[in-house]
Amino acid sequence: MTELARKRPEFRNINALKDLPTYRLPAAGIVSILHRISGFLMFLLMPLFIWLFDNSITSEISFAQLSAAFGIGIGFVPGWFFKLLALALIWAYLHHFIAGMRHIYMDAFHAVGKEFGKSSAVATLVLSLGLTAVLAAKLFGLY
Amino acid sequence: MSSVNYGSKRIVTGAGYGFRDWLAQRVTAVLMALFTVVLLAQVIFTSGPIGYEEWAGIFAAQWMKVLTFSVIIALLYHVWVGMRDIWMDYVKPLAVRMVLHVFTLVWLVGCAGWAVQALWRL
Repeated sequence: MTELARKRPEFRNINALKDLPTYRLPAAGIVSILHRISGFLMFLLMPLFIWLFDNSITSEISFAQLSAAFGIGIGFVPGWFFKLLALALIWAYLHHFIAGMRHIYMDAFHAVGKEFGKSSAVATLVLSLGLTAVLAAKLFGLY
Repeated sequence: MSSVNYGSKRIVTGAGYGFRDWLAQRVTAVLMALFTVVLLAQVIFTSGPIGYEEWAGIFAAQWMKVLTFSVIIALLYHVWVGMRDIWMDYVKPLAVRMVLHVFTLVWLVGCAGWAVQALWRL
């Protein structure tokens, strides 16, 4: 290891407001906390997801109403807001799924090296954010 | 540390469910991943636009209903383990955490019931 310009800082008693925002998280750390956040987000949005599922398979009328919700909206809630919620769900699912598969790969193949941790974390972020961007374009009618 | 190791002085470590839940999360994850592939394949290999008929038709088949139901139960367990870990990491006061656990369980069971009801109305 190269010489350190200063003594490596120690973090005892982590202060959420002082230490967390200034700490540079490695790629694997970012993937990890986003894995947790995406899971929590999906937990919160679960009723929305089931409402979408319910309306989509119950009847042609409810299916049409659902399509309209994404177009002109329901009541005072505009269509683009539903699309944004759907996009949040899409990102959360994609990131959680890909990061989860990374977990299982590391478990099954004992791939716990530092280099692999970094490369697989970067791949996870690129893949999940890329797919989210593509699906966002589709959702908002860009193609 | 006390030399007494019985009664109220007994030091008990480990809740005993770690390995089971670790494995259960992976098993349920694989099941849900397979379900995603199965559903995606049906959507991708539907020729023409997917309207209500095609979409509802996917979930009308009995085998698909059984598979979806299994996935709902798997999701229930998977989410419970995840949420319990989150509460356990960030909420230290026992009373608050217990309330959140109950809320989480009711939320999950309610969601599962709603989803199953919607599925079997077809």
